[in-house]
This record gives sequence, structure tokens and C-alpha cells, in this order.
Amino acid sequence: MTRSLLWRGMLAGLVGALIAATFALLFAEPHIDAAIALEAHHAMGAAAEPEIVSRATQKSWGLFTAMGLYGTASGGVFAILFAGLYGRVAGLSPRALALLLAVGAFVVVVLVPAIKYPPTPPAVGLHETVRMRTAAYFTMLALSGAAATGAAWAFGRLGGRTGLLDRMLLSLATYVGLVAIGQWLLPVVDEVPADFPASLLWQFRLASLGTQGVFWLATADLFGRAAERVTAQGYRS
Amino acid sequence: MTTTRAAIHPGPFVSSTRPIPLAEIAPWAVFAAVVALILLYFVSTEQGAFALFDGKSVHEYVHDGRHLLGFPCH
Repeated sequence: MTRSLLWRGMLAGLVGALIAATFALLFAEPHIDAAIALEAHHAMGAAAEPEIVSRATQKSWGLFTAMGLYGTASGGVFAILFAGLYGRVAGLSPRALALLLAVGAFVVVVLVPAIKYPPTPPAVGLHETVRMRTAAYFTMLALSGAAATGAAWAFGRLGGRTGLLDRMLLSLATYVGLVAIGQWLLPVVDEVPADFPASLLWQFRLASLGTQGVFWLATADLFGRAAERVTAQGYRS
Repeated sequence: MTTTRAAIHPGPFVSSTRPIPLAEIAPWAVFAAVVALILLYFVSTEQGAFALFDGKSVHEYVHDGRHLLGFPCH
């Protein structure tokens, strides 16, 4: 059964990513173009860098390939998590569990890391600090995942002794507390040029979060529908 | 797994099913994690903070996706 779920998770992730990439093409690419135009305006006078991959390729094949790979990989991991949790979490139906898991993934993998290190458009971010920023970002991502695991563990441990609402609040407090300490300790990144338009930054970030939201929602629903059929067939592996 | 037991879903929030044994999931989990890490590395980091291949073509090709997915780019 894990095999069938993994296969469907990767497929759902791929299709979800293509839907999200279409959303990104419509709602995010105009902001990326605007940011690149600003970058080019700034670089005027300096020698223009040769274009290795054309903008047309970047925003079509490049965008869809990157999203497709991200979606397939994330969809596979999503399916494994689903397989591990199914039947162990409050008897949720496959579709309900898939959607709940997607909301969790969006918060833990996207939203919370973005509070500390929000997505940045081209022309924002210094080339010299990319290693530090990459290390900090992945540390933040790992921390958010570890804090969520800790919160889920606390939720399970408290079972029987405390009421459901108190358990939820306590495990939420565990997550928020761990994340807050981590975000306080991690280095501050503030590299937005003084003359970068605030509205463009905001629009880009909204579109970026929207793309992720579309991805997780589409993937979870496609996967949930497929998982419903897989689980209804029973436990033939 | 030889038993076949139909899982019936009486409502959207209820289901009666046995969990999948973790031992059955484990090899798939390890394999999926390894493959996912390699794929995500190329989408997120190659020719950014680290470079296995020379040049900038991988970075430039996945450029827009990398920015939109929130990974530190250039």
C-alpha cells in the first residue's frame, strides 16, 4: 500500500506543481520582470552580464521544470508522511487527513520560515552573503520541522490527562515557543536596497506565498482523492 | 500482506482502518527522502551557495522557481 500511495503522491505533486506554476506565470512573473528591470536599471553603466538562459525560457520551461521537480519530490515525501499517519490520527478519512497535512506543510515548510526569511525577488539580496543566507534558511526550515514534530509528540503524550482544547493549545505553544527562540537566535538578513519599491516587494511575496498555497491545496486534494480509492481497496501490498 | 479488508468511510471525518505498519513504510521513506533531497538540492541550491557543476546554467534555468519557492538565490 505504501508503494501505491508513494506513486500517487509523486503524481499528485507533479500535477499540483504544474497548476501552481501556471498560477505563478500569471500572478508572479510580472513582478519578477519588474524586479529584473529595476536590477538592469541599477546595473546600467557596468558591463551587462551575458544572458545564459533567456527570460522567455526562465519563465516558461525553467519555471515549470523547477516547480515540477519540487512538486514531485514534495509529493513523494507528503505521501510517506500520509502513510505513516493514516489510521493513527483521530480516525480521519483519507481526504481530510491529506488536507490537514497540507495545511500543516504550508504552515511549517512555507509560512513560518518565511516569517524570518521571506522570499525575495531578483535585485534583493547580496551575492556575497548567499552561503550564509542559504545555511540560515535551511536551519530555519529544519527548526520549524523539528518544532512541529516536538509539538505533535507533546500532543500525543498529553492524551488522556488533559482536554482536547488544552492539548491543542499546549502543543501549539510548544511549536510557537521553539520557533520563536530559533528565530531570535538566527542571524538577521536585511538586504533590501533602500530604493526598492515596497509595493513590488509586497506583491512579489504575496504571489510567492500564493503559488505555494495553490501547490499544497491542489496536491493535497488530488492525492486525497487518489488515496481514498487506494485505502478503499484494502491492504493488498 | 494477505488480508483484504475494505475500509468504509461513513463520513468525511471518520474512517475505520488499521494503520500501515511502520516497518512496511520504512524502506520507502528512506528512498523517498534520499531522492527528494537530491532533487530539491538542484532546484534550491546548486550553483548558488554550492556548485557541483561549473557555470551558471542550472541556476539560471531554475531561477524563477527558486525565487518563488523562497530559496535564497543570488
